[in-house]
Amino acid sequence: MLNYILKRLVYMIPTLIGMSIISFAIIQLPPGDYLTSLLSTLADGGSPIDPATVERLRSQYGLDQPVWIQYGKWMLGILTRGDFGFSFEWNQPVSEVIWSRMGSTLAISFAALLLVWAVSLPIGIYSAVRRNSIGDHVFTFFGFIGLAVPNFILALTLMYVSFRVFGQSVGGLFSPEYVDAPWSPAKLWDLILHLWIPILVIGMSGTASMIRILRANLTDELSKPYVTTARAKGLPEYKVIVKYPVRIALNPFVSAIGWVLPELVSGVTITAIVLNLPTAGPLLLRALVAQDMYLAGSFILLLSVLTLIGMLVSDILLALLDPRIRYN
Amino acid sequence: MEKPVLSVENLNLDFHLRTHILHAVRDVSFDLHRGRTLALVGESGSGKSVTARSLMRIVDKPGVMVGGRIILRTQGREVDLAQLASNSPEVRAVRGARIGLIFQEPMSSLSPVHTIGSQIDEVVRLHSKIDKRAARARTVELLGQVEIPDPAEMADRYTFEFSGGMRQRAMIAMALAVNPDILIADEPTTALDVTTQAEILDLIKRLQTERGMAMLLITHDMGVVAEVADDVAVMRFGRIVETGTVDEIFHAPKHAYTQRLLASTLKLEQPADARAEAVITPQPLLTVKGLTKVYGGAKGFLGTKKFALKAVDDVSLVLHAGENLGVVGESGSGKTTLGRLILRIVEPTEGQVLYRQKDGKEIDVTALSKSELRKFHADVRLIFQDPFASLNPRMTIRQIIGDPLVVEGKLSARQIEEKTAELLRLVGLSPDVMERYPHAFSGGQRQRIGIARALALDPRIIIADEATSALDVSIRSQILDLLLEIQSHLDLSFIFISHDISVVRYFCDRVAVMHRGKLVEIGPAEKICTTPDEDYTRALISAVPNPDPRNKRMLHRTRLASLSTSTVC
Repeated sequence: MLNYILKRLVYMIPTLIGMSIISFAIIQLPPGDYLTSLLSTLADGGSPIDPATVERLRSQYGLDQPVWIQYGKWMLGILTRGDFGFSFEWNQPVSEVIWSRMGSTLAISFAALLLVWAVSLPIGIYSAVRRNSIGDHVFTFFGFIGLAVPNFILALTLMYVSFRVFGQSVGGLFSPEYVDAPWSPAKLWDLILHLWIPILVIGMSGTASMIRILRANLTDELSKPYVTTARAKGLPEYKVIVKYPVRIALNPFVSAIGWVLPELVSGVTITAIVLNLPTAGPLLLRALVAQDMYLAGSFILLLSVLTLIGMLVSDILLALLDPRIRYN
Repeated sequence: MEKPVLSVENLNLDFHLRTHILHAVRDVSFDLHRGRTLALVGESGSGKSVTARSLMRIVDKPGVMVGGRIILRTQGREVDLAQLASNSPEVRAVRGARIGLIFQEPMSSLSPVHTIGSQIDEVVRLHSKIDKRAARARTVELLGQVEIPDPAEMADRYTFEFSGGMRQRAMIAMALAVNPDILIADEPTTALDVTTQAEILDLIKRLQTERGMAMLLITHDMGVVAEVADDVAVMRFGRIVETGTVDEIFHAPKHAYTQRLLASTLKLEQPADARAEAVITPQPLLTVKGLTKVYGGAKGFLGTKKFALKAVDDVSLVLHAGENLGVVGESGSGKTTLGRLILRIVEPTEGQVLYRQKDGKEIDVTALSKSELRKFHADVRLIFQDPFASLNPRMTIRQIIGDPLVVEGKLSARQIEEKTAELLRLVGLSPDVMERYPHAFSGGQRQRIGIARALALDPRIIIADEATSALDVSIRSQILDLLLEIQSHLDLSFIFISHDISVVRYFCDRVAVMHRGKLVEIGPAEKICTTPDEDYTRALISAVPNPDPRNKRMLHRTRLASLSTSTVC
């Protein structure tokens, strides 16, 4: 087992190097750089800048050097000083910009994942065991609605409802009066009042698809001979189901950890913008539009790392859950 | 005579299907006596398995018990199990404790994610109030009784670390954990090799005698019945058509169906009449030289030398045009790998496969490029074992059979349709079935479809890997006769891979015997099956059950020292 984890960690190194190169290459792909987009913004505003100033800025930021030197310097900074570069747009070191966002991203993702698990596990088991019962049909109906409705529409609807019916301030994670206030029980309560909409919206389609996956997997497992064996032992029915087929049908739950992070950042950007959430998605989008290269690059790199870690965690959990994987 | 420990009276079971109600079991009655074995014999779909399961009230949906009595007489009490709810505590107290069950699939009848020991502990603790440690001690004792070497160690292993025979032993240990009065064995050895089958049947028989249990043995194999049973009940279409002692059934069968069942079993005991002598040409169609496949053995991740397994070890043989070559051996003997190596689905580690093309030119299959290999695969086709898994359930029969032709891309859509119809007629099916899906067909019909697909590209060699193992005995001989008939008007040779010696004897001209990757012996089928030269072959042949209760061959079989210790896979 230890050997396996070690092996996986070693394999992560070349993957990370490849990812850092690709993420740097991606942000270099559009023509021009941060200064050209800054210039065009300023020129549109009617205040052209002296070309000499531009050249000075360009050499100051190191933008006149060849790409690989820029990459080398960036990597060196990250590896030796933990310095991810400087965000042109925010006028702050990249690490500060990112860390302020990463916390809320992780919190929301994790809460959404918990919701997905807590809701889909019992419903999935119920649907598989009582297949084609009325309850199953009802859950299937809502499940398909959950899959079919786009997240941002659901977000808008929930915002409208909570504003009209509950008179709640919506959008963001805090009401305006609490944004800069120090932590207090009232602020925490305010956070919870705000948090349920994004978590529900983000978790909705995940829950729906997880119910379908669990139902399908468990349906296959329920007719396996080992279930008959368990029944023939004289075990009570609920124990037969929970101990044997559910245990094996659980694999997709654990695998979900691996894809939940990239999914949250790339998949729910629109929802995050609609709900004005201070998560990573909108920030990444803006950094890409403004060609804020170090910020965008660091973001992509960080997400890759999170994805890899998520995959590793889910693989380790899978190995713990299923000895067939462990011994392979 | 002592009262039977279990009496089934007028048992009726229905299956509520979407379109109609199927009467799966009709007025079935029988008695089980202590120390005696009743064999319930019938082909698939006869209702024998569901009858057995109804004794434990574990009939799966959509089966419903609609009448009858199941009287269990144990511990001085009489209980009618049919009157109780199927998941009531009383019924659960009977399951596992008074009635033990072992069944066919040793691969899937144990949970893959729990250790063998924990699964046996569970049943021990469920029915007797003892602590974990005592339960484990009991488990280890049980594993020892079923002759699993090093039981304490093996209890902590998972099922995939056990071979098929070992799993079935573990399953027997589990079924006997609480000293049941009745053991139900549902096709306990069908998925096992003949030698393993003989050992498992010995074991069951011995444990039954020791404990004085009653046994209900469900099987379709008349050979096993003759070797093990005391009484026989023959089932067909949900009814028992004939009952009697084993001697009466085999030597004076009254019912026409029993007679037919025996006839198709005995038919496979000798070579087919229809076999024409294969012409031994000086130029063989296929020559295999020193073929070897080694799995593993490469350096591991941290430089550790990994375990190397020689799946096929230096095998050389030839196949002549029009000849049927049988390859027999136990599972793990490398016979399936050999078939795949010949097709180069698996890359050989060493050796050559030479194939003589239609134009007489000999090519080396192991050196072919991808496109040349595709051409070779049109000439050499494969028929699979499992008629259920080898057909895509979402494709129609027309798509399945026409698929190789579409891939080949030589014929127009209309020509493909005509060819598909012709192929269907060739395998004895009506071309009308083209638009139907595989689920509409029985196992035998599906295997015919698989054969039609293999014939689509006018092959010259067909490699049949256990092509009849999943079929009932009467269907089995039909499929073999079909293959022989097709061969009589097409220019075809077969490599017939099987663990079933009687099938090979019926079908093949020559037989190659494989053991642990090596070719032990090769020779004319009749000689291999009657007077083999090698000890291993002799042990293998003598382990085949003989369908004659007056001459129990298996019990007096030749044993090889190396065979009696099952190895962990």
